[in-house]
Amino acid sequence: MAHLAPTPVEPGQDRTMILNMGPHHPSTHGVLRLILEIDGENIVRIMPDIGYLHTGIEKTCEAKFYQQVVPLTDRIDYLCPLTNNLCYVLAVEKLLGLEIPPKAQWMRVMLNELTRINSHLVWLGTHALDIGAMTVFLYCFREREDILRLFEMVSGQRMMTSYFRIGGLALEPPLGFFEKVRDFARRFPSKVDEYENLLTGNPIWGMRTKGVARITAEDAVALGASGPTLRGSGVDFDLRRDMPYSGYENFKFKVPVSQDGDVFARYICRVQELRESIAIVQQAVEGMPEGAIKADAPKVVLPDREKMKTQMEALIYHFKIITEGFAVPEGEVYQAVESPRGEMGYYVVSDGTAKPYRVHMRAACLANLQLLPLMCEGRLLADVVAAIGSIDIVLGEIDR
Amino acid sequence: MGPQPAVTDLDQLKGHPAIAKLLAWNSAVVEGAKFDREEVTVSLERSAIRDACVLLRDDPDCPFNYLADLTCVDWFPAEPRFEVVYHLLSIPKKERVRLKVRLDGGSPSLDSVTPVWPAANYFEREVFDLFGVRFAGHPYLRRLLMPEDWEGHPLRKDYPVEGFR
Repeated sequence: MAHLAPTPVEPGQDRTMILNMGPHHPSTHGVLRLILEIDGENIVRIMPDIGYLHTGIEKTCEAKFYQQVVPLTDRIDYLCPLTNNLCYVLAVEKLLGLEIPPKAQWMRVMLNELTRINSHLVWLGTHALDIGAMTVFLYCFREREDILRLFEMVSGQRMMTSYFRIGGLALEPPLGFFEKVRDFARRFPSKVDEYENLLTGNPIWGMRTKGVARITAEDAVALGASGPTLRGSGVDFDLRRDMPYSGYENFKFKVPVSQDGDVFARYICRVQELRESIAIVQQAVEGMPEGAIKADAPKVVLPDREKMKTQMEALIYHFKIITEGFAVPEGEVYQAVESPRGEMGYYVVSDGTAKPYRVHMRAACLANLQLLPLMCEGRLLADVVAAIGSIDIVLGEIDR
Repeated sequence: MGPQPAVTDLDQLKGHPAIAKLLAWNSAVVEGAKFDREEVTVSLERSAIRDACVLLRDDPDCPFNYLADLTCVDWFPAEPRFEVVYHLLSIPKKERVRLKVRLDGGSPSLDSVTPVWPAANYFEREVFDLFGVRFAGHPYLRRLLMPEDWEGHPLRKDYPVEGFR
């Protein structure tokens, strides 16, 4: 396969020019560097160069207690912190064999879908901005602000939430929270109509996205694409429906699929996902079960503040969890969830101590980025910007 | 509370499509199998990995057509030191299987699966970069995340967390 590695340029074949795009380029959403070989306006070859945001987070995880890794997972993909939290805590809960109470599961699903909307709104706004549609950005960030306020209300943080903990949730949702969510869910579908009015039928948008950066289903599967990038190429696969986790089997939703495989197809898939996600949020908030938000596992889950101040055992457990962590039985687990960008997977290996022996994050974007050369080679330079936007990259997740 | 004990008896695990297929193909390369926490793991001999992957990918009944993840675990100071881990997914059948290959610490190398799934390209480069495992037949085995001139492989267990000073 020619696109996997660069081929040396023959002497005398110097029609082409090497152009460096990034690492600081507004359309690269972070610090992605692309080495482009161009012949006039046409892309001959394209080589992504990544690693500018590498922080060695997997190495850091090995030096922390299991519960201390949760805040690190927020920082991998800063647009969907709760999805990362969820994936990691599910993996550790699977290692421990913990039962999670239904209320915690439903809260997780609800917040996870709000995170998906949040992430898709940033994607839609910046993708449209890259291509030249200014207004959408302002509209999207207006609704994103509402979601960030909900996150702040429930976890105290707008972005680095760390709200999901091993064994349940950090806190009870505050009074009035569900009314706010219900209110948002009622308003939001008409906002999606607004975005669609600006873009879906817009002839300029169509010209910039239809037929651009086409990917076949076979290529998408072979190159490890996932999420809307995969479904935009006609592969009907969504982990939430096909391999459900955290109680997704209790929710009814459609999985949008498009057959065209171009930038527009991926756009349509994500916009439809906005509508499906808000439907899931609505179902979750209407059917929210009553009960505990933490598993009954005193050696793993921190006790309530009240109990800690009144009961000796609770104080001892609290002290032990904080100072020496909790041992996790030996074993290994690969937990995958459907993040806004695709299959986010955590591979956690335990050697029986209180610190993970190995934590590996399967970044959906890293695999999706491998499609970029296939999408762009032979096309125009301006299409690169549309193609990058359409795979919705987050460099924090790619470089880790 | 607590996980169920792992099943490691090959006879009990023959029902899983991947294990059945691999045993029928060449039972000598299967070093062991495990069913633990609802997940199936098959340990394979080093030389067989690429052929086994082709076999599983092209299986008409349950094609493991998607390479979800490829990574490595360093068991330093134990030998064989490295464990390269493959997570395969069958999109049509919604099945997962984990393959494992153990490698010695001296000069760890094994066949690349990039010719089988091009998705392995970046994953193998990352493992090469951070663990120093070489993949024979990879089209472009260069560092992916660390700078080109970096010395050492940071995710090895004998590499300090705060780096060498």
